Amino acid sequence: MSETTAIPDIQARAAERKAPRGKTFVSHPLVQLTIVRFLETLREPEALFWIFAFPILLAGGLGIAFRNRPAEVLKIATTNPVLAQSLQGEKLLAVELLDSNAAGEALRTGKIALLAVPNANGSVVYSYDDTNPEGRTARMLADRAVQQAAGRADPIRTSDYFLREPGSRYIDFLIPGLLGMNLMGSAIWGMGFTVVDMRRKKLLKRLIATPMPKQYFLLSYVLSRILMLVAEVGIVLGFGAWIFHVPVRGSLLSLGVVCLLGSLTFSALGLLLASRAKTIEAASGLMNAVMLPMWIASGVFFSAQRFPDVVQPIIKALPLTAAIDALRANMLQGANLVQLTPQLAVLGAWLVVCFILALKLFRWR
Amino acid sequence: MSAVASKPALRVTGLRKAYQDVVAVNGLDLEVRAGECFGLLGPNGAGKTTTVEICEGLTAPDAGEVELLGMHWKSDAEQLRQRLGIQLQDTQLSEKLTVFETLRLFRSFFEQGPGAAEAISLVQLEEKKNSRVGNLSGGQKQRLALACALVGDPDFLFLDEPTTGLDPQARRQLWELIEQFKSSGRTILLTTHYMDEAERLCERVAIMDNGKQIALGSPRELIASTCAEHMVVFSAGANAHAVDIPALRQIKGVRDVRSENGTVEMQVTELHLAVPALLAELTRQNIPLTELSTHSATLEDVFVSLTGRHLRDE
Repeated sequence: MSETTAIPDIQARAAERKAPRGKTFVSHPLVQLTIVRFLETLREPEALFWIFAFPILLAGGLGIAFRNRPAEVLKIATTNPVLAQSLQGEKLLAVELLDSNAAGEALRTGKIALLAVPNANGSVVYSYDDTNPEGRTARMLADRAVQQAAGRADPIRTSDYFLREPGSRYIDFLIPGLLGMNLMGSAIWGMGFTVVDMRRKKLLKRLIATPMPKQYFLLSYVLSRILMLVAEVGIVLGFGAWIFHVPVRGSLLSLGVVCLLGSLTFSALGLLLASRAKTIEAASGLMNAVMLPMWIASGVFFSAQRFPDVVQPIIKALPLTAAIDALRANMLQGANLVQLTPQLAVLGAWLVVCFILALKLFRWR
Repeated sequence: MSAVASKPALRVTGLRKAYQDVVAVNGLDLEVRAGECFGLLGPNGAGKTTTVEICEGLTAPDAGEVELLGMHWKSDAEQLRQRLGIQLQDTQLSEKLTVFETLRLFRSFFEQGPGAAEAISLVQLEEKKNSRVGNLSGGQKQRLALACALVGDPDFLFLDEPTTGLDPQARRQLWELIEQFKSSGRTILLTTHYMDEAERLCERVAIMDNGKQIALGSPRELIASTCAEHMVVFSAGANAHAVDIPALRQIKGVRDVRSENGTVEMQVTELHLAVPALLAELTRQNIPLTELSTHSATLEDVFVSLTGRHLRDE
């Protein structure tokens, strides 16, 4: 025990109080609050899963499901070996030689898209379902192969250029969407749940019973958010680039600015949602009610353009739409910050309004 | 104690606070002297916590004045916060942090005071220094809460029900710690609904009921002024007819008699005379005795004789 010397009264104790010592970096309240905030997140396995593993699993799963397949080969059949040989000249057709019974059966059950049968007079009869695009395609391909085998020459030479570039596939559309969704989710959940939990446990009240400067409390959330942001964005982008070669055509600095502004905006929204709630249930209901419409409308998984024109202005004004549009424009079209002004303005407006409202409404107990 | 020590560390006058239609504190005056441990005793709902939170600057009163260490919340909040140690009722500290991390955080808010490691040894939690708060026992959590109140080297310490919910051993351990801090010149305001806690730790006690102070003094004074020295408690068999209470009052050395649910409590000045006479009287009334005990009067008995209710009835 170090407390052995009895000090008789308050005056004597007050005299003992020295002039405040300067704080070292680590003992500064803002640094301590940020460290604590960061440690608490790291020690929450569920939160880490939702922030880091979930977007990667989602991107991986959807990327595989919607990957671009090589052009499909159509199955057709014929009853004649000579005709079969002519048809095999077409690479996009898989030709089977069948007897007429089996061929009829295969056509009826859809195993083949077309059946080619030679007539006695040297002509060829194609049997197919003309309401089925595959049947019509097979008809064109088969006929071209037959005619060319018979010596038809095309008057004009043509060649093909296949567009399979990174940047125009579904995964390229998806990764910026997931990144935006992740920015929103981790900021709103990270802010909302922890603040409400601390209020519920009366820890907020305990903190304001100390001389803690209140602005440091909020600032520590912002700082730890930025630390997490680097990891969050890095992992999603790194995964997209490494596995699917998703490009980042804009400058990384612009991308960083968009992510930072987006994350701050969603943090302010999270703070607003958590400003009064006293139970986790109330807070999570509120957060889901705000986030779910944006998951659907803001173009995470499919283009927001699919919604009717009348609601487009509303959709464009949502913070997640602005964040995702800006991310896509930066990553896929290489847009710079000047070109992203409309989206950045939307995010900035949400940030200012939510933050001011949150400060007005916030309850420490 | 020197002469200056008599200047009050806390002076509360005419305090009032109502929540919707419930009046929590109803015109309370208090004075806590510098260097003393002052107990605010009362049942749950008496207004103790509201009073303490107003003094701590966490709740604004509807009316009344609080002067703390010669300062006021309106003008000197920042300075006051630096000089107070506060333990709130049922705060749950973050379970994911270790004991050391928690104290290092709280220490960072104060300009001076013991370091985190020193605060840990003050409350004897050295073995748990690197344990997560979530893994501590109830008593260890309360000691950590106490350490959080001590990291600013406070002049005035507020302890709101520090031992509620603890087992007897953990309570005694915490009492020993609080006794050590008393000797270092701090002023302590402690609320409790355990009369033994107040009797052991507090120099002076105010008993609160329904938002008002109903008694004030040292535990010994209070007991002496409102009760006789001894209490005799007995119960009659379940089938016995009613005890003739007025007859018991006539016994020499008996000051007062109360009967409740078949249990009779008697305030007695001269135990050696009263007990044989009581036994004779019960035999005369033909009352079979199932239980008889005597104890020295406590603050609980003071509360009962003042309000007619037990502290823990709620």
